[in-house]
Amino acid sequence: MGEGMRERLRGPEELERWRERLRRERDPSALLFTVNVRSACGLAAGSEEVAKRLEEEVEGRGLAGRIVRTGCNGFCEKEPVVTVYPDETFYVGVRSEDVPELVEGVEKGKVVDRLLYQDPVTGQRIRKASDLPFYRHQQKLLLSLNGRIDPTRIEDYIAEGGYRALAKALFELTPEQVLEEVKRSGLRGRGGGGFPTGRKWETTRKAPGEPKYVIVNCDEGDPGAFMDRSLMEGNPHSVLEGLIIGAYAIGSHQGFIYVREEYPLAVENIGIAIEQARECGLLGEDILGSGFDFEVEVHRGAGAFVSGESSALMTAIEGRVGEPRPKYIHTAVKGIHDKPSCLNNVETWANVPLIILNGAEWFRKIGTEGSPGTKIFSLVGKVNNTGLVEVPMGITLRKIIFEIGGGIKGGKRFKAVQTGGPSGGVIPEQYLDTPVDFDELTKLGSMMGSGGMIVMDEDTCMVDVARFFIHFLLEESCGKCIPCREGLRVLDRILTDLCLGKGKEEDLKTIEEICEAMAEASLCALGTTAVNPVLTTMRYFGEEYEAHLKGRCPAKVCKALTAYFINPDKCQGCLVCFKNCPTGAIQGEREMVHVIEQEKCIKCGICYAVCPFGAVEKLSPPVAPPATYGIKAKKEVRK
Amino acid sequence: MKEVTLEIDGKVVRAKEGMTILQAAKEAGIEIPTLCYHEEMEPYGVCRICVVEIERGGRSRTVASCCYPVEEGLKVRTRTPKIERVRKTILELAAITAGEDVGGEVRALAFQYGANLSRFVSLGLVEPSKCILCGLCVRRCIEAQWDNAIDFVGRGVGRRVALMPGKEEACKTCSYCYRVCPTGRITSFGPNPPFSPP
Ligand code: SF4
Ligand code: FES
Repeated sequence: MGEGMRERLRGPEELERWRERLRRERDPSALLFTVNVRSACGLAAGSEEVAKRLEEEVEGRGLAGRIVRTGCNGFCEKEPVVTVYPDETFYVGVRSEDVPELVEGVEKGKVVDRLLYQDPVTGQRIRKASDLPFYRHQQKLLLSLNGRIDPTRIEDYIAEGGYRALAKALFELTPEQVLEEVKRSGLRGRGGGGFPTGRKWETTRKAPGEPKYVIVNCDEGDPGAFMDRSLMEGNPHSVLEGLIIGAYAIGSHQGFIYVREEYPLAVENIGIAIEQARECGLLGEDILGSGFDFEVEVHRGAGAFVSGESSALMTAIEGRVGEPRPKYIHTAVKGIHDKPSCLNNVETWANVPLIILNGAEWFRKIGTEGSPGTKIFSLVGKVNNTGLVEVPMGITLRKIIFEIGGGIKGGKRFKAVQTGGPSGGVIPEQYLDTPVDFDELTKLGSMMGSGGMIVMDEDTCMVDVARFFIHFLLEESCGKCIPCREGLRVLDRILTDLCLGKGKEEDLKTIEEICEAMAEASLCALGTTAVNPVLTTMRYFGEEYEAHLKGRCPAKVCKALTAYFINPDKCQGCLVCFKNCPTGAIQGEREMVHVIEQEKCIKCGICYAVCPFGAVEKLSPPVAPPATYGIKAKKEVRK
Repeated sequence: MKEVTLEIDGKVVRAKEGMTILQAAKEAGIEIPTLCYHEEMEPYGVCRICVVEIERGGRSRTVASCCYPVEEGLKVRTRTPKIERVRKTILELAAITAGEDVGGEVRALAFQYGANLSRFVSLGLVEPSKCILCGLCVRRCIEAQWDNAIDFVGRGVGRRVALMPGKEEACKTCSYCYRVCPTGRITSFGPNPPFSPP
């Protein structure tokens, strides 16, 4: 069976035979280029132009090379990336202009040094991706095929061993055995709460009522988080395979894949995957001739943060406004149309084929006792290497931030890391050696969440951070219950006032009372966890709250609490700031010390940014020393 | 129907399976305050004033009693210091939209729990509309089969109850929502319903 004309597979043997053929056709020593085109980040970086140019160039030179458009490799910082096989040379930040030189290099057996990744510390060029510090400490299980296969061709997935786990589940195991295996693996839901996946499955399986539903949650609404999107775009078959296996174990014949509207490429790729799997008899009626039927439907969500909450999401699938429901009966028992419904996020489902194929013992050896396996994090913020990283659970925050992430940008000091998305908490420096797993992060007042990780440096104001997240959540709250809706409204106002220097003595107590009411009484997890950013910043950076009450912002972030001042000893009278100030707040003459008129200053910080002598200083307390007009600038300072 | 035995505020209570904690407490003569609950309607669970502490397997949790089904051996406490504090805060928060001068059940409860309904006024948050968005009127309206003359519009802090376009006529014919509102918001019915257009 060639590519493009797929036949229905009628048994595990046929699947294996096909795989054999595909592997034979794909000589591992043949020349192959991969470009990360099938990912939103790669596309934005211009990877499609690079891929087109590669095709022209390879054909023009008469080379027998294949170009594969893959999903995201995780190293978003350096996209587009091109990997040349068989020797795995890894080129970063490739522009289409670079392609001729690159291909010529390949033809002549030479490496184009300037396109290799350069280690910012040692200055060394590194040729293989696996030698990059960014990849070296990662353990890629789920993401291993992202960046290697074309997600729009089922053949690529099959050749790499895809659907072998499904065949094993259907033909060698009973549904009970599959369930048992997942339970023994200790897999915990990767979407947030970390609930044991096997137990959730079992609840749905045992719940009375037919039909039963299985659902993929691809609604990650955290700003800066994109692990689910990346898996869905780069390796949709792994999610689909996991879902079918889960359905078999649970006794479900209908699944839904809920993808947020903002992820068009994920919608497209999973759509293609479903169609191809159906063509091959891996989905639909009588899968692989096993007698098991399973259908799946893609549901596009409106992309509200609260829809990620399971009852809200199910309400949305039923075609109503996605609001959480007040029921205490789990959706696993009464979900879509009040039928047993098992919802897991993308990453959780993608773990399933690995567990079935390699066994629960293998899985348990990775990660920690309480949280086995790997976890994908999206590492963003003030860190040198941003991107998606997959690491074994139990790795320390320090290792993620300083080794994989390459440390803090611009040589600044680390201040805190926010884990778990907007409703996670911040973790300060003294806990950097905490092993990352579900329970440890919860102990610190934060959480794993879906794996967002925002690194903050010394220039971050913690009150401002709390304000930012509360404001985000206020806009995302559905507004149904009083503690969440009104609590967020008050918190937003108080935190804003604090940042404006209008805080009042009783504010801290008010914040605590509201947080208690929200955490105890809110209807859904958005409200109960929304307090985490506030409580953790108060717990670890309480002195910053106190300082704000006294009108100071120690990190010098809150505009109302800072002032700009020109240090007369450093000012050279060069007029640069004078010319750049948008409000004319700076008085100055050539070679005379300049002065900022505080009343006119809007604190845009342009003078601070443009001064070539570092003479502009940011101050908090916001009282600048008296102006020193008319002094001649000291010239000898100039080097 | 099966019966279960639970403990509410130290009192042993027998209840039918499928009942909520709130119902069981009521039958046992234990008062739990509610704002969005009405015995003739399905629980909606949004005012959260009815929270109670439950203990199960040694772990305690706060749940809304109007929605939580009774369970064998459940231990419920309805008036712990924490619960009292939370209820007080909820009432103060409710006053943001209800207004300091709110009437009805909200006022009575505020008095009982020592809630300061003016607490957040100084923050100048919103123009109060006398509504706490409990949804009783909306649910009543659906039930009255006037084809949903009033409904929620907007989300988040923009959520409010509105008279749906073209439903003015239907709204004139009944007074179902009049009696259920816990804030005294619905002051008239008939030709001039107090709901704003969407
Ligand atoms: S108008 Fe009254 S009954 Fe209707 S939602 Fe508002 S508070 Fe509840
Ligand atoms: S009465 Fe239970 S939440 Fe309103």
